[in-house]
Amino acid sequence: MALFQNLSDKLNHAFSKLTNKGALTELEIKQAMREVRVALLEADVNFAVAKDFINKVTELAIGEHILKSLTPGQQVIKIVNEQLCELMGSGISKLQVSSKPPTIIMMCGLQGAGKTTMCGKLAMHLKKQGKKVLLAACDIYRPAAITQLEIVSKKADAGFFQMGQINPTKIAKSAVDYANKNGYDTIILDTAGRLHINAELMDELKDIDKKLDITEKLLVVDAMTGQDAVTVAKAFDDALNISGVIMTKLDGDTRGGATLSIKAVTGKPIKFCGVGEKMEDLEPFYPDRMASRILGMGDVLTLIERAQENLDEEEARKMAKKMKDASFDLNDFLKQYEQIAKMGNINDLVGMIPGASKLKLNGKSIDEVQLKKNKVIILSMTKEERSNPKILNYSRRKRIADGSGTTVQDVNKLIKQFEQSRDMMKRFGKSKRLPF
Amino acid sequence: MGFFGKIINGLKKTKQAIGFKLNQLFGRGIFDNDFYDELEFILLSADIGSETTEQIIEKLRDRMRKDSVSDAKLANKYLKEVLCEIVDTEPFSFRTPCVILVCGVNGVGKTTTIGKLANLYVSQGKSVIVAAADTFRAAASQQLEVWAERAKVRIIKHEEGSDPAAVVFDALTSAKSKGTDVVLVDTAGRLHNKKNLMEELKKINRVVDREFPEADRKNLIVLDATTGQNAIQQVDIFNEAINLDGIVLTKLDGTAKGGVVLSITDTMNIPVAYVGVGEGIDDLLPFDAESYVEGIL
Repeated sequence: MALFQNLSDKLNHAFSKLTNKGALTELEIKQAMREVRVALLEADVNFAVAKDFINKVTELAIGEHILKSLTPGQQVIKIVNEQLCELMGSGISKLQVSSKPPTIIMMCGLQGAGKTTMCGKLAMHLKKQGKKVLLAACDIYRPAAITQLEIVSKKADAGFFQMGQINPTKIAKSAVDYANKNGYDTIILDTAGRLHINAELMDELKDIDKKLDITEKLLVVDAMTGQDAVTVAKAFDDALNISGVIMTKLDGDTRGGATLSIKAVTGKPIKFCGVGEKMEDLEPFYPDRMASRILGMGDVLTLIERAQENLDEEEARKMAKKMKDASFDLNDFLKQYEQIAKMGNINDLVGMIPGASKLKLNGKSIDEVQLKKNKVIILSMTKEERSNPKILNYSRRKRIADGSGTTVQDVNKLIKQFEQSRDMMKRFGKSKRLPF
Repeated sequence: MGFFGKIINGLKKTKQAIGFKLNQLFGRGIFDNDFYDELEFILLSADIGSETTEQIIEKLRDRMRKDSVSDAKLANKYLKEVLCEIVDTEPFSFRTPCVILVCGVNGVGKTTTIGKLANLYVSQGKSVIVAAADTFRAAASQQLEVWAERAKVRIIKHEEGSDPAAVVFDALTSAKSKGTDVVLVDTAGRLHNKKNLMEELKKINRVVDREFPEADRKNLIVLDATTGQNAIQQVDIFNEAINLDGIVLTKLDGTAKGGVVLSITDTMNIPVAYVGVGEGIDDLLPFDAESYVEGIL
């Protein structure tokens, strides 16, 4: 069903139109970019952000060097990925520490983003760095929010501070006194979930910010958020001048396009990702990985780089032509093995191919020994046999098996594999081209 | 009260911005490609999704062409019609006794929704019991307890970490013996791609089927209106696990529109049953297609 087709398929499809062509026209790039736009929208990237992004990439892609490039499709993917990484920010952004303790971290965000759970995760993370952490309950509205934070603090083995349902600024101030007296060097303030359009509640946060010296103001955002992510992030940033963002629920299957939108409108670094329900399930944010995730492409960039380093362009083009007109024979099969072998460990490579890792292999890993065996079998064939596998009768197969130190079953298996991949290529040639 | 008033109130700020844009758009009276491009942006920004947006625009284009519409008001009416057709369904109803299982991913507002539903059914003169089958999240049952008190309904709860199916079992036993009309089951938030958690949900569902076969059965999924296209996967996978009867769309009092439900009702035929429009106990309303569309545009 088209609706559930994932982003990687869509992008591959978009790019497949670009691949295996010598030169590109402006129109072709624009058509492919249209599909990239749809793909980004389906990943929940805000439409205005997606539009800007596409314009930028199109501009770059139409440059001369692309048109002269032998593999324009790959180049376009590379540009898309690079631009996305650039937008995402560079490197890992760490939490700031106040020169005058305690360091105060204020969590804020919409209802249900995962602030309270994130408080516990951050506490755990900071404790590992030798900090003494106090969790202060400033969510005075949601039923049982205080109890929840108390349980979370126990799980994270952090200190806990509450004053019931009184003014949050008062609670925060008292928490600082409490921390100073009891030797806590870091305080995390859990605030109530609030709508960015609720002026009264936004003022409450501003008040805490004004009266205390807050080191980090972190906006917690559900990674599944849609188009509204920009509105929310902008409103919180305008009100509080946030210092960073934490994305939660990234252990789901969302593409997390909201991440890109938020980064684009606020320019603030994304500092952490929540990736599970356990207290340990916190990861630093890696911009490049997030870019790949939004594109749904696995680690395509590395794959492309390796391919570019190792593949003979001319050879690759000949191969592509053979795939198309199905004149693919065992010589080519052998060449493929050799080229792939040059690129490194097969299983690593497969992991980089979008969608291929789990789906297409059914969890089986590729046996490198088997690949070597296949190579030896082909090398034991005559030239004629290699270019015309049809003539391989039993006596020929027996001879090949003996010559390569394998069995007739092994030879049969190889020939079957060859036939299967040849048929697959025929089908690809008809329907759509291979992704690369 | 009225759905219309509340939703419009909640959405006032963005509504004004988008409504202004839309009025301007229709006001031009020229229905060219620029018009449809602008319209596309408005629909996309409501999270309707690119495919459904395309379909909506195609439909509108066809109708406008057929009737050669050039009047702004009429065009506006046509657009609303096209949108309404997609989401307009039978109102959510059930016969008593009924067991309603409420599920969804983390943080969408399940527990709050249960509290509001309990209050709604009590106000309709039904007797209600709530089962705190979210035994995973810290303080979830305490949160539900507060809601149960507010709605003045009974609650069955066990300790944190206990078997949710056992909580449900106890709630059903109690409901059967007391002749309770509605059993509302609060389940733990679970991401739909976590296999073991989905299996747990299936088990809870099976327990209800087995222990109370004479009761009417409804399964509701709670969706956060802020959620984007991932909601489609959520509904699809939850539906596969336990057969959903309806959607509760929460947090419509923000600036998000939850337009993804258009894609969902369009392709999966699962209707929106209720909408959540605030944090008060009365802020849950039966879904009304016309008001909802009014709120989007």
